[in-house]
Amino acid sequence: MSAAAPSSPPADVILDVRNLVTTFDTDAGTLTAVDGVSLQVRRGRTLGVVGESGCGKSVTALSIMRLLPQPMGRIRAGQIIFEGEDIAAIPIEAMRRIRGGKIGMIFQEPMTALNPVHSIGRQLSEVFLLHRNRDRSEALRLSVEMLTKVGIPSPEIRVSEYPHQLSGGMRQRVVIAMALACSPSLVIADEPTTALDVTIQAQILDLMRALQRDLGMAIVLITHDLGVIAEMCDDVVVMYGGRVAESGPVDRIFRSPSHPYTRGLLQSIPRLSTPRKSRLSVIEGMVPGLADLPPGCRFQNRCPHRIDACASQPTLGVVSSGHEVACHRWRDLPVAAEVRS
Amino acid sequence: MSAPLLEVRDLQMHFPVKEGVFQRARKVCRAVDGVSFALRPGETIGLVGESGCGKSTLGKCIVRLHRPTAGTIRFDGLDLAPLSASQLKPHRRHLQMIFQDPVESLNSRHTVGDILAEPFLIHGLGDAAWRRRKVLDLLGKVGLPASAADRYPFEFSGGQRQRIGIARAIALEPRLVICDEPVSALDVSIQSQVLNLLLDLQREMGLSYLFIAHNLAVVKHVSDRVAIMYLGRIVEFAEADDAYRDARHPYTRALISAIPEPSPHRARERIVLAGDVPSPINPPGGCPFHTRCPHATERCRVEAPALREVPGRPDHTVACHYDLV
Repeated sequence: MSAAAPSSPPADVILDVRNLVTTFDTDAGTLTAVDGVSLQVRRGRTLGVVGESGCGKSVTALSIMRLLPQPMGRIRAGQIIFEGEDIAAIPIEAMRRIRGGKIGMIFQEPMTALNPVHSIGRQLSEVFLLHRNRDRSEALRLSVEMLTKVGIPSPEIRVSEYPHQLSGGMRQRVVIAMALACSPSLVIADEPTTALDVTIQAQILDLMRALQRDLGMAIVLITHDLGVIAEMCDDVVVMYGGRVAESGPVDRIFRSPSHPYTRGLLQSIPRLSTPRKSRLSVIEGMVPGLADLPPGCRFQNRCPHRIDACASQPTLGVVSSGHEVACHRWRDLPVAAEVRS
Repeated sequence: MSAPLLEVRDLQMHFPVKEGVFQRARKVCRAVDGVSFALRPGETIGLVGESGCGKSTLGKCIVRLHRPTAGTIRFDGLDLAPLSASQLKPHRRHLQMIFQDPVESLNSRHTVGDILAEPFLIHGLGDAAWRRRKVLDLLGKVGLPASAADRYPFEFSGGQRQRIGIARAIALEPRLVICDEPVSALDVSIQSQVLNLLLDLQREMGLSYLFIAHNLAVVKHVSDRVAIMYLGRIVEFAEADDAYRDARHPYTRALISAIPEPSPHRARERIVLAGDVPSPINPPGGCPFHTRCPHATERCRVEAPALREVPGRPDHTVACHYDLV
């Protein structure tokens, strides 16, 4: 990886991922899970990364955090510039200081993110002991303060409880408290509400929005749920087969999607306004595995607009400022019929 | 109006919760706590609710994977609730189930052909050649190639495996299929394929569905009527469009407002419920929803509301003391 100083991105960009390539060594050979992904996160804003299983969204997050499963996972190329520094290239010890410090993390399953044999207070205190060099009693006081902030009732009692004593929603609040304990400037949230019921999901999304307003951190929100993206995000990156299919401001992606995959996804989900028992439009075929991705455009074998040129990899076309699409045909496609809303 | 195909009355499924050294049952989990409804032939009833509301347990009681602790399940006039396994067998073919996880519900050591031939074998139907023809026919119906018969479940993707699960469920041309979260484990682009298939099969075969799911938009799309469950009880029951346009129960309203809709910046009023769903082991007295209800009064803490008709709407019932506007 080149050590050359990266050309500086716009001042409000806090995370700038450039041409990230991440591979896994498996019995079936080396698989490329993330294949040249670029994305930018602006300070205090929320970027959504959306896609189906195997599209590379979680691997992108793990690459940014340098938490790829070892020894199989490896960042092969690209830069991950966080606050001006390429964190893809720094030693792992330096990365440990950044994780939990300037970058917080929220995972899908709070039960696996928490240690079942330690009390909530001890786990939360650890963050302050490690990153802030506070003594134990001060760390515990800060932990209670943090639990209050994430809306946990009677936090003085909850600090001495264990994860199994809390409900799923409360556990996720604890995980959020840990992620935000050191006032990070960036939080990476991988499917933070997928395991939760819909009324609890609404609570957690509300909480994340309120905390972002108060603390001003940027969020990378990874999810398969386009509804969550629409509600939470300023910008969105749509991934397919390890690459970015389309990216841009959230209202433009939803109002005038330019990639056939984005269009297909938005048209196929049943909404409350869809006439009952009507035929849903579908994307034909299956979500491909990493081993059987077609060369060229990853989406070509499911795309209704395929032409011969699709055998080669499309470059990113600029639809409008900030809205980019990786499709050979985006200019010829009929103007997206205003997706129902 | 035709006679109901399925009529569930005061159904109760209470599980003993064993505790202590001697594993004595000291507490009771009231998974399903007095549910009544009737399903008409060819109809789809959607059953919605959050985890632990008893919707899956209710489905399993109806196909008699559980033996309910009280109540009746009249299927085509006959009460299934007290029947023994051998008494049930001749009726089972009319009543099938599709499960959420197509990986766990298919035997990984059998070929797809064997899996699909099994229902015929169990019921002693046809010879080997006839069963083979039926299997190929079923594969065609659910949109899988004939070559699938000689392959194993693990060779298929999640969506294809769910098609195999559907083929097995419809093999004996049942009258009622209980669909327990049939698309929630699938990728978004695959969900609509499977939903279309279920709707096509309903039209072709005249199937009735009890469609259990937590995704309200999905449930609304496939259902004629919708029942909303909370802590083992039905709190609202209405024609599907009404349940969404004109919800009367505060829980239904909160549930609908909590769905993240895939249209950004849509002006909306979000009702965020405080707190968690209470445990069915020790449910609150009075109205089960009063601990989270923004409109709860003293009466709600004491008196459990019964399902009653919404004034002027014979097909819309709600379990709430008040007429919310």
